[in-house]
Amino acid sequence: MQHLEALTREAAALANGDIDTIGASGLHGLLPLTADEKEVARTLQICNACRYCEGFCAVFPAMTRRLEFPKADIHYLANLCHNCGACYHACQYAPPHEFAVNIPQAMAKVRVQTYGDFAFPAVLGGLYRRTGMTVALALAGGLVLFLLMVLAMRGSLWHAPLAGNFYAIFPHNLLAAMFGAVFLFAMLALGIGVTRFWRQVTPGTRDGESHGAAAGSAAHDALRLKYLDGGHGKGCNNDDDAFTLLRRRFHHFTFYGFMLCFAATTVATLYHYLLDLHAPYPVTSVPVLLGIAGGIGLLIGPAGLLWLNLRRDPKTMDAAQKPMDRGFIALLLLTSASGLALLAFRDTGAMAALLAIHLGIVMALFVTLPYGKFAHGIFRSAALLKFHIEKRRPADLALGSD
Amino acid sequence: MSSPMIDVLVIGGGNAALCAALMAREAGASVMLLESAPREWRGGNSSHTRNLRCMHDAPQDVLIDAYPEEEYWQDLLKVTGGLTDEKLARLAIRASSTCRDWMRSHGVNFQPPLSGALHVARTNAFFMGGGKALVNAYYRSAERLGVRIRYNAPVDRIELDGGRFVAAYIGNERIAARACVLAAGGFESNREWLREAWGQNERGEWPADNFLIRGTRFNMGVLLKHMIEAGADAIGDPSQSHCVAIDARAPLYDGGICTRIDCVSLGVVLNANAERFYDEGEDFWPKRYAIWGRLVAQQPQQIGYSIIDAKAVGRFMPPVFPGVKADTLPELARKLGLDEATFMRTIGEYNAACRVGNFDHTVLDDCHTEGVTPAKTHWARPLDTAPFYGYALRPGITFTYLGLKVNDQAAVHFGGQPSDNLFVAGEMMAGNVLGKGYTAGVGMAIGTAFGRIAGTQAARAATGVASQEKDYATS
Repeated sequence: MQHLEALTREAAALANGDIDTIGASGLHGLLPLTADEKEVARTLQICNACRYCEGFCAVFPAMTRRLEFPKADIHYLANLCHNCGACYHACQYAPPHEFAVNIPQAMAKVRVQTYGDFAFPAVLGGLYRRTGMTVALALAGGLVLFLLMVLAMRGSLWHAPLAGNFYAIFPHNLLAAMFGAVFLFAMLALGIGVTRFWRQVTPGTRDGESHGAAAGSAAHDALRLKYLDGGHGKGCNNDDDAFTLLRRRFHHFTFYGFMLCFAATTVATLYHYLLDLHAPYPVTSVPVLLGIAGGIGLLIGPAGLLWLNLRRDPKTMDAAQKPMDRGFIALLLLTSASGLALLAFRDTGAMAALLAIHLGIVMALFVTLPYGKFAHGIFRSAALLKFHIEKRRPADLALGSD
Repeated sequence: MSSPMIDVLVIGGGNAALCAALMAREAGASVMLLESAPREWRGGNSSHTRNLRCMHDAPQDVLIDAYPEEEYWQDLLKVTGGLTDEKLARLAIRASSTCRDWMRSHGVNFQPPLSGALHVARTNAFFMGGGKALVNAYYRSAERLGVRIRYNAPVDRIELDGGRFVAAYIGNERIAARACVLAAGGFESNREWLREAWGQNERGEWPADNFLIRGTRFNMGVLLKHMIEAGADAIGDPSQSHCVAIDARAPLYDGGICTRIDCVSLGVVLNANAERFYDEGEDFWPKRYAIWGRLVAQQPQQIGYSIIDAKAVGRFMPPVFPGVKADTLPELARKLGLDEATFMRTIGEYNAACRVGNFDHTVLDDCHTEGVTPAKTHWARPLDTAPFYGYALRPGITFTYLGLKVNDQAAVHFGGQPSDNLFVAGEMMAGNVLGKGYTAGVGMAIGTAFGRIAGTQAARAATGVASQEKDYATS
C-alpha cells in the first residue's frame, strides 16, 4: 500500500508537471525539454488518453499517431495549433480540474519559443521575448530615418504640391534598394528559420512518395484558415465558449489585404521596369486600385483582430505574447492607415511628411517580419505541410480498440 | 415575493436537466434551473460523456449502416440481464432516432467516431468535443431562451403536498414552482452511502473506501435519498453501480475517460497477493472492461496490477500515466511492491501454460493457456520481452443504478400513483431502463429522452395548456 501511495504521489507530481514524462532517456541526443515543452508533453499525454477533441482541428489527429511526445513533435504540434480555443472550453480536464489541461496556452508558449530558437541570425532570436520593444524601436527608427531624410534632401517637411510625385522626394532607385534589401533579408531570415524548423520536424520522404498533393492540401488549409472553423464550421472561441467566425474573417481581411498591397507594389515594379511607366499612377490604375483594396482590407482586418484580441479570454492565451500580437497588428494598421492617408493627400504640401511616415512604418514592418508575429504564418504552413504528409501515410500504431 | 411564480423548476444541471429545461421553455413555461455545482464544474457526469447510442434504420450523417430498434432492444436486454422495462426502454430507443435534430438546434455538434472507438461507429453518434461541449451548448441555448440558471444551488429537500410538488429548499431558501423536474444524478459521489451499500467483506475490509469516482463530486444523492424517505417509489439495487477498473493513481473524482487502462487483455492481471484471478482474454476489451471494476473490488485491498511486456506496447490506447517500467520481471515485482517469489511463480506458470497460435488482437484468436487456473482463453502470449510494465488498478465508479420509479411520462410515483407535477429524468431514474450493466451511449440516450419528456410534461402541468399529444418517439 505504501507503494501505491508513492505511485499516487508520482501521479500527482506528473499532473503538476514536476516530472518529465518523456524520461531522462536523452531523446536521441536532443536538448532536455524546457518547462513549457514539458507542459505540452504532460498535457498531450492526458489528451491522448481522452481524445474527445479529435474533431476540432489537426492537432489531435496528429497526436493520435503518437504515444510519446519528444521535443520535435512538441514543436511540430505547437505550430500546428491555431489557438482557436475550442479544446479548452470543451475540456473536462481544464482548470480547476487538477490535471489543469490548457492546450491553447501551453502550445502558444512553445510556439513563440520555437520562433526564437530557430531565428536567423540566432542572436536576434531573443527579440521574440521583447517584441513590444522591438516593434517600438523599429517604428521610431523608421520614422526618424525617413523624416530626417526628407529634411536632409529638401530642408523642410512642408513643400509646394508635387502632384503626387514621390520620386521628387526620394529617388526611386534609393527606395527600391533600401526596401528591396530589407525585404530580401527578412525573407532570407524567415526562410532560414523555417528551414531549421523543418529539419527538426521533417517527416522525411518515403519510397514512392511525392509531397505535391500534401503541399496542395496544406496551402488549402492555410489560405482558407480551415482550422479556425472549429471543425463544425461555426468558428473558434474568443470571449467565452461561444463560437465565432469573426476571427477567421478578420484574418482573411488582413491576409488578403496584405497580399493585395504586395500585389500593388509588384505590379508597380513591373510597370516601372518593364513598361517604363513611372509613378505617380492615377487612382484608377491597377497598382493604386490594388493598393486601395488592400489598404481597406488591412484596415478592417487588423482593427477587427485587435478588437478580438482585447476581448479574448486570457485563459486561452499566453499573456507574455500580447505585445507581439498587438505590436504586429498595430504595424499593419498603421501601414494601411498611413498608406491611404498618403494617397488621399498626395497632391498637397503634406505629401513629403506623409510619405516619410508611411515609409518609416513599412520599413519597421519589414524589419520586424522575421522577429515578430509574422513568423506564425510561415511556421504554421510548414506544420500543416507535415500534417498532410503524415496524414497520407498509414498509421504506425494499431491500438486495440480500433 | 416580488418575482412571479416559476412555472417549471428544474433541479440538476446535467444533460437530462438541460433537456428538460429547454423543452419546458420551448413549450412556453418560465423555467429556473438549479445546479448544485459552481459554474466551472457544471454539467455533472454529462461533462464526461462522449456519445449517444442512436437507433437508425439507414445511414444518418455521422452514423453508418443501420441500428434498428429491435437490435438496440436486444442489446439492452442482454446487458441488463432483463432488469429493464420494455415499454420505457423502447420509448428511449425510438426517441434516440429522432432527437438529434433538436439537439443540433441547441448547438450540439456531432462527429464520426473517435480513433479508438471505431467499434461503435455504427451505433453511436459522438459529440464533437465530448460531453462538456454539449453541456456548454445547452447552457448557452438555455440562457438565450431565458431560462434562469443558478449555480451553487444545492437543493436539500422538497416540500410536497400529497403527491404534488410545492417547493424546493436550498437551506432556508424556499423556491416554489408550479411543476418540478428532478434530474440531480445518482449518489456515487457520496462515500458514506457507497460504504454502507457495499458493506464489509469477509476480510473485514470496507471495499468502497478504496473506490475512485470517475465522474462529478457533486452527485451526493441528497435529493434521491430525500425522495425515497418522503415515500417516492424507488427502483434498483443500491449496491449496484457501474464499476470499471481504472488507473489506481486517478484522482478521487472526475478522472473521466482518460484514467482507463486498456491493456488488460494483452497481459495478465494480478492481485495484491501476486496471483491471477480471472480470464483476462475472455472477450474483447470493450465488452469486458465493465466487469473488471467489480472483479478488482472483490480482491484483497481492492487493487489489481495489469502486467504487460514490450510486445503489447502500441497495441492499446495510451494510458494517462506512464506504467511502472522494469527491465526484468523480478525488478517489476519489487517496483510494484508485490511478493517477488509469488509473482515469479505466477508469471512462470502462466508463461509455461501459453499455447501461442496466430496472435491477432482484432479477433478472438487462438492464443490460449492450458493447465493454469484461471485460464486465459485468447491473446495469451508469454511475458518474456523486456521492458515490462505494470499498471495498478482500482475500482472506478461511473454511476449508481438506484433511482425513482417512473411511467412513460417521467412522473414520480408515490405508492404506485403518478404525481401530477413532479417528474424525474436522467441518472435519478435511469434504473427503470438500465437495471444493471451498461452499453456505450445508453445513459445519454435515456437522459435525453426522459429529460425531454419530463420537461414537456412539467410545462403542461404548470401552464395547464394541453399541448397536442406528443409522440416522443417521433418528435
